[in-house]
Amino acid sequence: MEYEFHWNIVFQKLPQLLNGAFVTLHVSVLSMLIGIAIAVLLAIAKMSDARIFSLPATVWVEIARNTPALFQIYMAYFGLGAFGIHLSPYAAVLSALVFVNAGYLTETFRGGFQSIPKTQYSASKSLGMSSTQLYRYIILPQMFRRIYHPMTNQFVWSILMSSLGILVGMNELSGETQRLQSLSFRTLEFFIVAAVMYFLITKFVLFSAALISQKVFKGEL
Amino acid sequence: MIQIQNVHKSFGDLEVLKGIDLEVNRGEVVSVIGGSGSGKSTLLYCINAIEDIQQGRIIVDDIDVHAKGTNRDKLRQKLGMVFQQWNSFPHLTVLENASLAPRIVLKLSKKEAIEVAKKELNHVGLGDKLDEYPTRMSGGQQQRLAIARALAMRPDYMLFDEVTSALDPELVGEVLDTLRMLRDDGMTMICVTHEIAFAREVSDKVAFFHQGIIEEIGPPEQVIVNPQREATQKFLSKVLH
Ligand SMILES: Nc1ncnc2c1ncn2[C@@H]1O[C@H](COP(=O)(O)OP(=O)(O)OP(=O)(O)O)[C@@H](O)[C@H]1O
Ligand SMILES: [Mg+2]
Repeated sequence: MEYEFHWNIVFQKLPQLLNGAFVTLHVSVLSMLIGIAIAVLLAIAKMSDARIFSLPATVWVEIARNTPALFQIYMAYFGLGAFGIHLSPYAAVLSALVFVNAGYLTETFRGGFQSIPKTQYSASKSLGMSSTQLYRYIILPQMFRRIYHPMTNQFVWSILMSSLGILVGMNELSGETQRLQSLSFRTLEFFIVAAVMYFLITKFVLFSAALISQKVFKGEL
Repeated sequence: MIQIQNVHKSFGDLEVLKGIDLEVNRGEVVSVIGGSGSGKSTLLYCINAIEDIQQGRIIVDDIDVHAKGTNRDKLRQKLGMVFQQWNSFPHLTVLENASLAPRIVLKLSKKEAIEVAKKELNHVGLGDKLDEYPTRMSGGQQQRLAIARALAMRPDYMLFDEVTSALDPELVGEVLDTLRMLRDDGMTMICVTHEIAFAREVSDKVAFFHQGIIEEIGPPEQVIVNPQREATQKFLSKVLH
């Protein structure tokens, strides 16, 4: 028995799929932005000598890096639900992705901070810069540049992992694909198109990232 | 004037400076020589408050450097420093390297900051490299950039920490020439250096550091040409031969 492809129905539903793709991009962009902000703070906390700062940061990083994303999404959706905190599918997936992104990026940022020579600090201070100026003009620009590639990788990871939204009925690309194929039974067609869309989204993200880095990062480190 | 009075400095249990007294008057050039680990760099870091001290005082003009209320960022505007390892800001062009601090620290307008920076860069012979990135330049050029970057802050004093010792021999001359030029401009300088001939030529005073104290200090004709102390004689015969 041969499988017969019928693409018509898929093309009719393309607007819904594109909408799903938009939600996918939306949730991963947001999870990166919030994740980066938290990771900067966690990285600073983790490098602190005071255990009340470094310990919580370490715990966060260890859990985020050593448990499956699936489990974290379940915890955010069903786990918190058991305590009466009911998140929407979107919010649950977003919090889980933020949690993991922050965990991974903390280590990336810490490595970034530590890779900047101590002499950059003393040189900046000797010019009379305050600590805020030192970080804003000298350290952070160099750090972001060093960690730019790991950061884009993390972004791609977020896009792909947001597909776990399918498990909590989120209307991102996978969830939308699942819903549409179950109505039409054109399973293979829908999932092939969705896979192509994921591929295009990540390629688009990597391409834009490369373009931005060319525009923003001048000189060499 | 910089007055260093009975300064003691330790890193943990290791006492690196064991009572340093030194005065540097306006317009003077003081060279500091001495063996590795004798505390020369540490003293410079103490003068601009990058390091704390445990005892004694350092006064720069009227400012007590390590007193509680002292604004260290303000103090450092008076003191330019250039380090052994050149440390230009790699993500900024030559011009940005030299104009950043005047703009954000001295709050000059962008135009004024660029003007000041250009002037100093021309002064050290980097006028044709303004848009270059430092990583593409030689060590000698980067060291001259570091000097211009410090000068653009209009400091009253310059501290040099072995600014030629990480350079290839053929690049040492251009940096020493820049220091000579500063001396001729009347800049007050403390130069930690291994270049004994240079110290002899440019200094008003030479201080020989030995195991955390100033073993001998005086005009170069004394300390370098005719050292009185045995430790000085030993050190010089080692580095000169
Ligand atoms: N941040 C630090 N922590 C601990 N020990 C330090 C630190 N900085 C310097 N020291 C120690 O202090 C001593 C003096 O160091 P310093 O760098 O002042 O010597 P120096 O005279 O400049 O030597 P060199 O000619 O090698 O540059 C050395 O034993 C060094 O190991
Ligand atoms: Mg030194």
